[in-house]
Amino acid sequence: MSVVLDLFTVLAVGLGVFFFLAGTVALLRFPDSLSRLHGLTKADNLGLGLVVLGLIPRAASPLAALKLIVLWALVQLGSATVAQMIGGALRRREEIE
Amino acid sequence: MSASTIAGLTAAVLVGLGLYALIVNTDPLKKLLAFNLLGSGVFLVFGIVARRGAVGAFPFDPIPQAMVITGIVVAFAASALAVALMLRLAKESGRITLDPEGETKLDNGAEDA
Amino acid sequence: MTLFEALDFSLAAIVLGLAARTISARRVFGAVVAYVAYGLLLAIVWVRLYAPDVALTEAAIGSGVTGVLLISASTRLGPLPAPDAPPGAALKAGAAALSALVAGIVAAAVLYLPDPAPSLAPEADAHLAETGLGNAVTAVLIAYRSFDTMLEKVVLVLAVAGVWSVAPDRFWGGAPAPLGPAAPDAALVFLARVIAPIGAVIGVQMFWVGADEPGGAFQGGAILAAMWMIVMMARLTEPPRISSGWLRLALIAGPGVFLLAGLAGPVMAGSFFAFPPGFTKPVILFIEAFMVLSIAVTLPLLVAGPPNREARR
Repeated sequence: MSVVLDLFTVLAVGLGVFFFLAGTVALLRFPDSLSRLHGLTKADNLGLGLVVLGLIPRAASPLAALKLIVLWALVQLGSATVAQMIGGALRRREEIE
Repeated sequence: MSASTIAGLTAAVLVGLGLYALIVNTDPLKKLLAFNLLGSGVFLVFGIVARRGAVGAFPFDPIPQAMVITGIVVAFAASALAVALMLRLAKESGRITLDPEGETKLDNGAEDA
Repeated sequence: MTLFEALDFSLAAIVLGLAARTISARRVFGAVVAYVAYGLLLAIVWVRLYAPDVALTEAAIGSGVTGVLLISASTRLGPLPAPDAPPGAALKAGAAALSALVAGIVAAAVLYLPDPAPSLAPEADAHLAETGLGNAVTAVLIAYRSFDTMLEKVVLVLAVAGVWSVAPDRFWGGAPAPLGPAAPDAALVFLARVIAPIGAVIGVQMFWVGADEPGGAFQGGAILAAMWMIVMMARLTEPPRISSGWLRLALIAGPGVFLLAGLAGPVMAGSFFAFPPGFTKPVILFIEAFMVLSIAVTLPLLVAGPPNREARR
């Protein structure tokens, strides 16, 4: 059973890291700021979710697993707000130019 | 190489980078950033000493770590004071420079030689 | 090379890269962003050094609140003309030589540290049970080196007094400039409304748990300070007038209660800053609670800066 859980952890965290890598590639390679923002937020949120999912079997207690999930939710909240604000600022800059 | 040795060499490079930027940068905000870099490098050296103070069952020596916590808070307070002084200087003279020979244009038109 | 060695080398490389980016960025905003990222990765280095309390403090205060301070400073300064002539090649060469020398000395000092290393960990642990705490760092801060920590709280009060005194005389007693724009983004207001209660609970929990596990007054207080700052940035509340009584009381409550506890030492336990045995943990938590209040009030005031409007009756 623990082998299955370890395998699950490795797969989930590995997939999460792959999504983080994809988000970084988007940051570096996409042509303009709005598309970079889109790639970054989508990929990083999914990446963090997968990493948290992979770490849940290794949590010391159900409370610790719950804390991991709350952590992911808070990061979602913060990064969604920041993405909205950056997007708004970019849109305003486009309208000015 | 253990984690503390790698971190120690990183701390040495950070101290060097911070010192260089502190001397060479003319923008006071950048000097403040360099000062913070220098400080964090010094704190890392404390951290290495704390980690190497691991004895038996204790994974670290808590006294240098407590000093670092105190230091981080005091470094922030010093940065805040520096920023307040910079902002006032900018408002009074229209430019921020640490050069005592530079001209300081005050609001009433007087000029320092 | 083991996996952990690879991790440590990668962390060191990223940290140094971000530090180089901080000092070489042309615009201040880019440099501050690089510094915030540097602080967060430095926190991971601290975890590798088995210092979770320091990691929390570095992430919260060293990188987070300092980042807010510097970005608000660069925004308020606005575009300024280039202040001085850039340094000549001679000064750069001299600075590089001096920095290399100092870096070399620090590296040598780190490599030639005595082995076995002297350590106070056994003594700290021997008396940990008497303090009733489980976290040795909290015990050092509040019990073993309580006088140092109290003086550090006094330094924070002095910093606030220094920041306030930079204001012109006519503004004394007024309120600092608002932390956020006149028409804040709706997303920011939403975030402030949702995260402030959650952050308040997390901050108090981090202070409470710091007695036995990583955490403590500084870390919890920094989170509470961040919550007040984000509420001010969303313009849901304004920075208070510096003449207000409750504000000044909250500022000095931390060092004040600490000093009173120390002065009560001779009466209750025999010497200055001695805690009564058997009752130590409640006294420590009582002191820490007021420390949290002071830190939560001091950090946003330091970021808000000196008053810049007249006190109105």
